[in-house]
Amino acid sequence: MEATPSPAPPTTHLPRIGSPAPEFEAPTTHGVLRLEDYRGTWLILFSHPADFTPVCTTEFIGFAQLYPELKKRNVELLGLSIDSIYAHIAWVRNIEQNFSVKIPFPVIADLNKEVATAYGMIMPGESKTEASRCVFVIDPEGIVRAMIYYPLTTGRNMDEMLRLIDALQTTDKHKVATPANWKPGDKVIIPPPTTQEMAEERLSAKNGFECTDWYFCRKKL
Amino acid sequence: MPCVNADGTVTESGRAILLGLKEAKTAEALAGATGLPLFRVRSGLREMAQAGLVVDLEGAYRVTERGQALAERS
Repeated sequence: MEATPSPAPPTTHLPRIGSPAPEFEAPTTHGVLRLEDYRGTWLILFSHPADFTPVCTTEFIGFAQLYPELKKRNVELLGLSIDSIYAHIAWVRNIEQNFSVKIPFPVIADLNKEVATAYGMIMPGESKTEASRCVFVIDPEGIVRAMIYYPLTTGRNMDEMLRLIDALQTTDKHKVATPANWKPGDKVIIPPPTTQEMAEERLSAKNGFECTDWYFCRKKL
Repeated sequence: MPCVNADGTVTESGRAILLGLKEAKTAEALAGATGLPLFRVRSGLREMAQAGLVVDLEGAYRVTERGQALAERS
């Protein structure tokens, strides 16, 4: 007798870089918020597995400490977990009491998993009841510009959040790309030519670029 | 509702929004005037419009008489 094949896991929808971020309306620690409330500002929407857990607590402290630098860059933070508003309120108050850090950003109480599902934040192979450590960078027009996924066990790197925002904003402003480990002040990458004629012009032109080859040119901003 | 307490008074941020709307303003202008984040202003305006405390004049908002009275007694 043939074995019955096990059913395929349910399809998980994930946002895509370059596509509109899924709309939502959700209860948060700062009232009911919609994605559209963030139009005109950059948004880092991030999820954490659960309130009152140690790695998440270190991350919340890290995000709170990062917040002033993000505000300078017109970036807002919005947290999310599959917990209640009351758990969120108790936890952010607990963080302030125990670590003297005030959490300045709202946190979505996604008890029905609506937002977590729309953004593909739940990794059933890891946990069916908790969101993984996901980050979505959404630009002022509501477009997903970057996504980062970390497992439950591994806290995120706050410096990388800021570096990513700086890189995206630099790309938008100067129409350039940024190389590995780029930081503000470093040279940026000129997008490679897309035709043979442009490649020849790239190497011959006195444009101030530092070109190692036709496809690899950098410049200082 | 984040801007209106259960006893009918308004919160500090709700009061700031209402008092900032004696003259009609956009959400962006109101955020600049109150120092509140734009997302807070937008969500607060939405909820206070539903409660009849402000009116939406096609992109700009103005406090209603009821909203003004509420702000003054909070």
